[in-house]
Amino acid sequence: MGFRQRKAEEMVFKVLMIGSTVIVTGSLLLIIGTVVVKGFPAMNLAMITQTPKGGYYLGKEGGILNAIVGSLELAGGATLLALLFSLPIVLYINLYKRRKSRLAVFTRFALDVLWGIPSIVYGAFGFILMMRIGLRTSLLAGIIAVALLELPIMARAMDEVVRLVPHSLQDASASLGATKLETALHVVTRQCLPGIITAILIAFGRGIGDAASVLYTAGFSDRIPGALLQPAATLPLAIFFQLGTPYPEVQERAYASAAILTLIILVISLLSRWYGRKFQKNSIL
Amino acid sequence: MVKRLLKDLLARRAMFLFTAVPGVLVFLMFFGLYDRSRSILALHSFPDLLFGSSWFPLKGQFGLYPFLMGTVWVTLAAMILAVPISLLSAIYLSEYAPRRIRETIKPVVDLLAGIPSVVFGVWGVLMIVPLVAKIAPAFGAYSTGYSVLAGAIVLAIMVFPTIIHVSLEVFASVPRALREASLSLGATKWETVKHVVLRKGLAGIIASVALGFSRAFGETMAVLMVVGNTPIIPKSPFDSAYPLPALLANNYGEMMSIPLYDGALMLAALVLLLIVLVFNIGARAVLIKAERKAE
Amino acid sequence: MDARTHISIQNLSVSYGRQRVLKDVSVDLPDRKVTAIIGPSGCGKTTLLRTLNRLLDGMDGVKIEGQVLVDGENIYDPKIEVTRIRQKMGLLSQKPQVLPMSIFDNIAYGPRIHGVREKAKLRQIVEQQLAAAGLWDEVKNRLHEPASRLSVGQQQRLCLARGLAVKPEIILGDEPTSALDPQSSRIVEQRLIELKADYTVIVVTHILRQARRIADYIAFLYLGELVEHGPAAEIFANPRDPRMKAYLTGEIS
Ligand SMILES: Nc1ncnc2c1ncn2[C@@H]1O[C@H](COP(=O)(O)OP(=O)(O)OP(=O)(O)O)[C@@H](O)[C@H]1O
Ligand SMILES: [Mg+2]
Repeated sequence: MGFRQRKAEEMVFKVLMIGSTVIVTGSLLLIIGTVVVKGFPAMNLAMITQTPKGGYYLGKEGGILNAIVGSLELAGGATLLALLFSLPIVLYINLYKRRKSRLAVFTRFALDVLWGIPSIVYGAFGFILMMRIGLRTSLLAGIIAVALLELPIMARAMDEVVRLVPHSLQDASASLGATKLETALHVVTRQCLPGIITAILIAFGRGIGDAASVLYTAGFSDRIPGALLQPAATLPLAIFFQLGTPYPEVQERAYASAAILTLIILVISLLSRWYGRKFQKNSIL
Repeated sequence: MVKRLLKDLLARRAMFLFTAVPGVLVFLMFFGLYDRSRSILALHSFPDLLFGSSWFPLKGQFGLYPFLMGTVWVTLAAMILAVPISLLSAIYLSEYAPRRIRETIKPVVDLLAGIPSVVFGVWGVLMIVPLVAKIAPAFGAYSTGYSVLAGAIVLAIMVFPTIIHVSLEVFASVPRALREASLSLGATKWETVKHVVLRKGLAGIIASVALGFSRAFGETMAVLMVVGNTPIIPKSPFDSAYPLPALLANNYGEMMSIPLYDGALMLAALVLLLIVLVFNIGARAVLIKAERKAE
Repeated sequence: MDARTHISIQNLSVSYGRQRVLKDVSVDLPDRKVTAIIGPSGCGKTTLLRTLNRLLDGMDGVKIEGQVLVDGENIYDPKIEVTRIRQKMGLLSQKPQVLPMSIFDNIAYGPRIHGVREKAKLRQIVEQQLAAAGLWDEVKNRLHEPASRLSVGQQQRLCLARGLAVKPEIILGDEPTSALDPQSSRIVEQRLIELKADYTVIVVTHILRQARRIADYIAFLYLGELVEHGPAAEIFANPRDPRMKAYLTGEIS
């Protein structure tokens, strides 16, 4: 091949590469742009301050406060529950076991596998669990399903941070007579706190945006859930149901709700990114 | 002192139990779904259910084939769109882009990964569905827009981040000295990428595609909102399809009121789980092996 | 020295970000001789070598000033084709970098890229280069196995053969024996000495004894400055700069 031809091939592929990168970044902007442009005109105060009144899904008065609060409660509860499991797992595989021990490798593998399981399957599994323990569709059942979904996300994100804690720090603490548990809770957890918070935010973001896992488990209700055993509306499902109606006014509200959800997600995303960045700067890691 | 040590010991035991959770959970999901689909597996053989094409729950016919094909079609079409675009972007970001551009675009890709699938669905309904309806006549087809193609486009965008993220890690693991060995023979950058970087990272790239595939395969809401959901095997990208996850999402309401329906749906979930597990475990195993080799 | 100058480095400065790692280096490197670049760790030897085939200028944050003339032509001239410059120079790195392909394809890679298509011709090149590297008998029955299965010493010799297959004029080595066992080191050193009959050889080394064994010409770097350079015999016999003396006696290393 002549040199001209070789150069030309490189140029062609470079154009394709840049084009692809533009498509990838452009699609994000396009999605956010569309949702904002379509959503904001349809937004009003009632949407975020009222629950659906009678006939809301036919285009009458009301708002989606029930879904906003439901989602926050549900994702909040699920995140708490996931944290309760993630933290011990991550501390155990990093502090009690050698980081490359078989248990640690296997646990990471299992978490990665869980991470890849579709949320609809978590929904179905949550449903089975629900039947087993005699729960009805409720906030609690939703919390359990979403917590399972969040577990691998949170644990893996935490693991990325905790595994960077130098052994010397643990040894230093141990040499002062601290037990492993004390080291784990007081030294390592504190040292990694920003990273842990980032992991929590990421998991919360995933939890609040997921629809397929709550479909089976949380149910839906026009009222703000007041107790764990009541069904709860969620924002993603509210969007789905509103878009599914044949009435344009209601569909507009779906766009507005989507804009609200996107906004929440973006805020969480940026918050965790900002927090993560700050952490990198201030930490000795 | 004794109390502190005791506390430590107890905590160690408790934490060990927690650590068992992820592994156990994978098995529990599998057996839980299997257990609930036994009711229908007792009456029909697994191949009959999987490859049967009539779906009439009221008549007790539960052929999953159209749904399986719906998923396969949408996912494959999505991968055809997503793989080249993602890989080309990943190559650009890792090999060509100046650091500033790379560091700006990476967070954008992560942001894309964080967008909820319902929002993708809404966007698909607003933009992609009308677009597909509009271009269909140019291909001599009629389409409402709710189609395999619409699902594939939305899904492709959803798997960009997975493929890009993993393949960027793969490219980063190729030593710079190896690239330089090729460059110093007078190869252009592209030749180096094509013959050396891609080849060295081949296993990892395949893994990234498999991960993207398994992501796409189980994606529910976004696809459900744009594919049309008619239980017929699609014949062209402009036809509508009814993927497995959509089946699960649409019918959870009725499933307890029709006999065997719940068993059929749980079997569908089990099939979904199994396929995704195969791809996922395969990809992870390849990645772990590649990582070991690199060390 | 009476030899013709092959590479002329003129007022070369290199910085990584704000850190200046080469400071105004000027030196003429003789044609068809072995030049050893020596100096303590971190003094900029690798950097100097890499500026010669322009491996640095694509990197983020690297600033290069000054000129490098090869056969009188400034390789940093923006009009110049980088791949042609690089083809002129074979590179041996610290750890052998075999390409992820068969032994045969490793050697054939360069010629193929530069347009050699005929099977017979490629085969001839491969055989000739492997024979010259003393590898032919060891690998002739496994030409199509992945090159990564060779021992590290064999890999380094393969890399050298691969570099020669694109007909360079200059051979650059960055501590090419540091990853090898003594036996393979000897073989590679011996090859480098043989090669100076046809090529200009430039080798970075931190092993003084190796420099004494192979070098005709010495360039001594210290903290990014070129402190002393000249024919090896003179420098070793009669170092002028105190830092050079200290390095030779092992006070700094
Ligand atoms: N990519 C880089 N970015 C920033 N600084 C670098 C980079 N590469 C090298 N340096 C710095 O430049 C200086 C010279 O490095 P160089 O590798 O040229 O030294 P060297 O003489 O080859 O050392 P050694 O004997 O250890 O191989 C060192 O201080 C090193 O830290
Ligand atoms: Mg060096």
